[in-house]
Amino acid sequence: MNIVVCVKRVPDTAAEKKLDPSDHTLDRESGESILNPVDEYGVEEALRLREAHGGEVTVLTMGPAGAEKNAVRKALALGADRGVLVKDDGLAGSDALATAYVLALALAQMEFGLVILGSESTDARTSLVPQALAQLLGLPGITYVSKVEVDGSKVTVHREQEGGHWVIESELPAVISVVKGINEPRYATLKGIMSAKQKPLEVLSGEDAGLDPAEVGLSGSKTRILAAEARPPKQKGKLVKDEGHGHVELADFLQQNKFI
Amino acid sequence: MGELWTIIDHEGGEVRKVSGEMLTAARRFAGEMNLDPAAVFAGTGFEHARERIGKFGGGKVYVAESEEFDRYLLQPQIDTIASLVRERKPSVVLFASVADGKDVASGVASKVGTGVVADVVDLEAQGERLVCTKAVFGGATVTKCQVEGSPQIICVKPNSFAAEQAPGEVVEERVDVTLSDDAKRARIVERVQQEAGGRPAVEEAAVIVSGGRGLQGPENFRIVEDLADALGAAVGASRAAVDAGWYPHQNQVGQTGKTVSPQLYIAVGISGAIQHRAGMQTSKTIVAINKDGEAPIFQLADFGLVGDLFKVVPALADEIRKRKGR
Ligand SMILES: Cc1cc2nc3c(=O)[nH]c(=O)nc-3n(C[C@H](O)[C@H](O)[C@H](O)COP(=O)(O)OP(=O)(O)OC[C@H]3O[C@@H](n4cnc5c(N)ncnc54)[C@H](O)[C@@H]3O)c2cc1C
Repeated sequence: MNIVVCVKRVPDTAAEKKLDPSDHTLDRESGESILNPVDEYGVEEALRLREAHGGEVTVLTMGPAGAEKNAVRKALALGADRGVLVKDDGLAGSDALATAYVLALALAQMEFGLVILGSESTDARTSLVPQALAQLLGLPGITYVSKVEVDGSKVTVHREQEGGHWVIESELPAVISVVKGINEPRYATLKGIMSAKQKPLEVLSGEDAGLDPAEVGLSGSKTRILAAEARPPKQKGKLVKDEGHGHVELADFLQQNKFI
Repeated sequence: MGELWTIIDHEGGEVRKVSGEMLTAARRFAGEMNLDPAAVFAGTGFEHARERIGKFGGGKVYVAESEEFDRYLLQPQIDTIASLVRERKPSVVLFASVADGKDVASGVASKVGTGVVADVVDLEAQGERLVCTKAVFGGATVTKCQVEGSPQIICVKPNSFAAEQAPGEVVEERVDVTLSDDAKRARIVERVQQEAGGRPAVEEAAVIVSGGRGLQGPENFRIVEDLADALGAAVGASRAAVDAGWYPHQNQVGQTGKTVSPQLYIAVGISGAIQHRAGMQTSKTIVAINKDGEAPIFQLADFGLVGDLFKVVPALADEIRKRKGR
């Protein structure tokens, strides 16, 4: 079974992030970028399924020039077989649903039994892309997956629910998003990093993918950012050293603020 | 007149707190925008839900009731709400910004071809649009945004609006539920529930007490649970505690866990790494208990207590119980 893993390049959390003041999009050149940490679990799950059932693992991403950096290459170094990048400068500023639209077009040209995404990206964190993608492909969409078992034309998964999980059985093909903790991602080996350079990376232009420029990018997205500003720094709070009565002072604070 | 919808967040008719918050906000913004508020109930157990909805204004409620909603994962909700949206053309649709709410919102928006803004903590009516406030980059930046398409689909985070009761009569409008075979491809075969001790869900709790590596072992989480129970709070955990196997992943707060903004967040034995802060720094009031006075969590704390959690936390729980008179 062929698996496609959708990945995203995100800024390193530890690095400072800036929004471009002219259009409020993320200034992706201003800091270090990495493979979205939650996507590492998606890549790992795909590699494990390949090891168990055979097939090919393709990594897919979209964006303006540079979108493949530190994301697709990293996934290839971890063991994915090939990469596909939908690259078009018109994609800059695409929101979650516009992103899903582009991924859906690229996937329509590919053969797969399963599409795997991370359940969220560490920069935008909306978790909207996986279900939108499933709907656009007309496939079952199962999000927040913490366990996957494939059996012929069927997949059985655990979906995290508040206070537990549900066992879901679905037909394939399907779109799933996985949570952190579903597995223990491997580290890239030096050999993996070297061989990643030889692996095929197919670049599709917007036109190759068949996308309508009016549906993507900053202007095609159906949400618009009007303003962005840094959160004002928090006022310095009270710091108390416990000398036996700390809990009483804290209880006073909680009571004054009506939590007791 | 156009309509402003609230999609009721519930479990088998058990209406969640966030629905009351959304219904309150809906009444207000419908008034300001000259729209009619209406609610949408999809699932089972409407008889049970009716009373709660009535407490928060009542009015028109579209009721799509079917056992099928409990048998298959979300697709029946997505298809039913999407076709209702196509038919009735509401101006605004509010969902709860929790896992299922965001999933259904995203599915509906892509089916009807509009946009979604998720994780919204505040709203402001400007003409025909609702301007949404949301935090990005782990709370470091605050943005204002809006949906340009129609309807405006907006996911509202729990604890963003105060729920205010305003009793009103519920006027039920039954919606026919006809599902295609495609809606039945992902079946729910089992529901596995862990013992939650009757605590609220991390995602929507008004108060959260979280424990970290400072607890030194899984058995000590009961200290955190005890404080949580004294406050009626949910229990959270840092990634270090989760990765060590001390507490379930569902309870993890942070960049690779849940993003929460409760009224009160108490961090116990948590250092306050940037990835943890990314999940909780928009909390309204933050309390930190840590033996290291230099721990970065204190930079965020409205009240920081430098001390040994093994002494302070049980004493605090007792003190709270004493003041609550039980
Ligand atoms: C990609 C990525 C994603 C991540 N995502 C998350 C995430 O979602 N959530 C998250 O939490 N972390 C996340 N992390 C991990 C994060 O960087 C920290 O390692 C983690 O938050 C540390 O957890 P902690 O504060 O419990 O442990 P520590 O940093 O070890 O802190 C323990 C604290 O307990 C205090 N302590 C010890 N004993 C006592 C005592 N007796 N009384 C009082 N205080 C005591 C210590 O002073 C210390 O400050 C992520 C990291 C990466 C790289």
